[in-house]
Amino acid sequence: MSYLLTYKRFGKNSILIEWPNTIDEMILQSIIEYKSLIEKNIKNKSIINSYNSLLVSFNSLNNFQKTIDELKALYSKKKISEKLKFYRWYIPVCYENEFGSDLQDLEKKYNLDQEKIIKIHTAFNYKLYNIGFIPGFMYLGGLNKKIHFPRKRTPILDVKKGSVGIGGSHTGIYPHNSPGGWNIIGNSPVNLFNPNANPPCFIKPGDEVRFFTISKKDHKKIKSKVESNNYKLVKKLIND
Amino acid sequence: MIEVISSGLYSSIQDLGRFNYEEFGVPNSGNMDKFSSILCNNLLKNKDSDAVMEITMTGPKLLFKNRTKICITGADLSPKINNGSIEMNKVHNIHEEDVLNFGKLNYGYRTYLAVKGGFITDKIMGSRSMYYPITEKQKLKNGEVLFTKKVKTYDNHSNKYVFDYDEHFKKKIIYVYPGPEFNKLNKKQIVNLTSSEFTISNNNNRMAYQLNELFQNDIDPIISSLVLSGTVQLTPSGKLIILMRDNQTCGGYPRILQLSEESINRLSQKHAGKKIKFQIIDY
Repeated sequence: MSYLLTYKRFGKNSILIEWPNTIDEMILQSIIEYKSLIEKNIKNKSIINSYNSLLVSFNSLNNFQKTIDELKALYSKKKISEKLKFYRWYIPVCYENEFGSDLQDLEKKYNLDQEKIIKIHTAFNYKLYNIGFIPGFMYLGGLNKKIHFPRKRTPILDVKKGSVGIGGSHTGIYPHNSPGGWNIIGNSPVNLFNPNANPPCFIKPGDEVRFFTISKKDHKKIKSKVESNNYKLVKKLIND
Repeated sequence: MIEVISSGLYSSIQDLGRFNYEEFGVPNSGNMDKFSSILCNNLLKNKDSDAVMEITMTGPKLLFKNRTKICITGADLSPKINNGSIEMNKVHNIHEEDVLNFGKLNYGYRTYLAVKGGFITDKIMGSRSMYYPITEKQKLKNGEVLFTKKVKTYDNHSNKYVFDYDEHFKKKIIYVYPGPEFNKLNKKQIVNLTSSEFTISNNNNRMAYQLNELFQNDIDPIISSLVLSGTVQLTPSGKLIILMRDNQTCGGYPRILQLSEESINRLSQKHAGKKIKFQIIDY
């Protein structure tokens, strides 16, 4: 599918390419394909995506119009030669109250059983739209409307590493101890960001995440396996 | 080797930054005022990319365990070797057991200390710039030890920067390009933005500078999108936030302006209470 895109200069050395202003899996697909084309065909750039844009940055952007023409030509003419592979990752989460510190509050506030919240949260596949804000934080879309809980008005200063949260229509996992305003419903023992690995995040935009419930005991077990580099996540190719 | 006897308010090791990892949410980090840090390295005949110490407002106390050469640029924090004042923007020979400390802040906000050959700290994702969780620490701690290269011979003549770069610390003007959502501002807002002075709030650090004055805002938030260091965001409550070197990589506030690189350097030398004025420039 072809979208009407806009190209804007953003800062001295970057070009912002924008898609229609909605969160949509088809748009994400188009962004990822274009990103892959740019990666293969345009030199000396870095490129990142969000829900509906790509930011292409250069060491120095000498000829803005010429670069835009090159980018436009790439979008209209070329097709991706090799098919991109996307995976669904199965991520273990312990939802017990020691970890899901906001579950009791959410139960009262929204009159929704804790068990129901967990059941809904583990029943769907979530699309990874982009990684950002802080290193390794995944914005996962596709959350069921029943568990859209608005962000807290004031962020908590010390959200624990691995905390699984809900922020509005998105869910995500805090990859490090950090401040954060999402409602915490569980914790995953999996390590999602490793600055010494290449790439530092093994899940990429366009991949999916599916959560499954584990006990406190399993959480401990998996955590020690993760620490000794001895834990392998289950993944499944989704676009065969 | 250098022992950090006391680290000061916020001192960290920084180089030119960490690039090509933005897609994983990793900020560029690096020296807040690159003009001063590059000047510091140049005077020592280091590479521009050598790691320097960035010192904020209150100086550390450092004990040198071996001979080296140093240079100090940026904010004037009354530097002293063994309690004797030394000149800024000039190369100094350092002997074993020399102690470097600092005093009163005379101008600016961030001081750069370079040693011959640069600080040799962990290089992660292509950079030594401290930023947690990429590096283990966000800033230097009391008692830690920093490695440097040994210097065999001293210079007889010392390099000194003779040009005045006062303007860099004194000028209020911050040059900005229109940001991606600039066209959502109305005429009155644009006039307001470029004719009023804004004050830097207490809420300022390596991640972002917030401004005190509230700005009339009726622009809706956007779907979380990409930002850069130097991006000026406008919050629903009318606060202006200028992202700096340790910036988040995405955000949902309209991006109304984008600072020039030179102006990010200039802003880095201003602390809470200082006034700035935006001036829009063309690409």
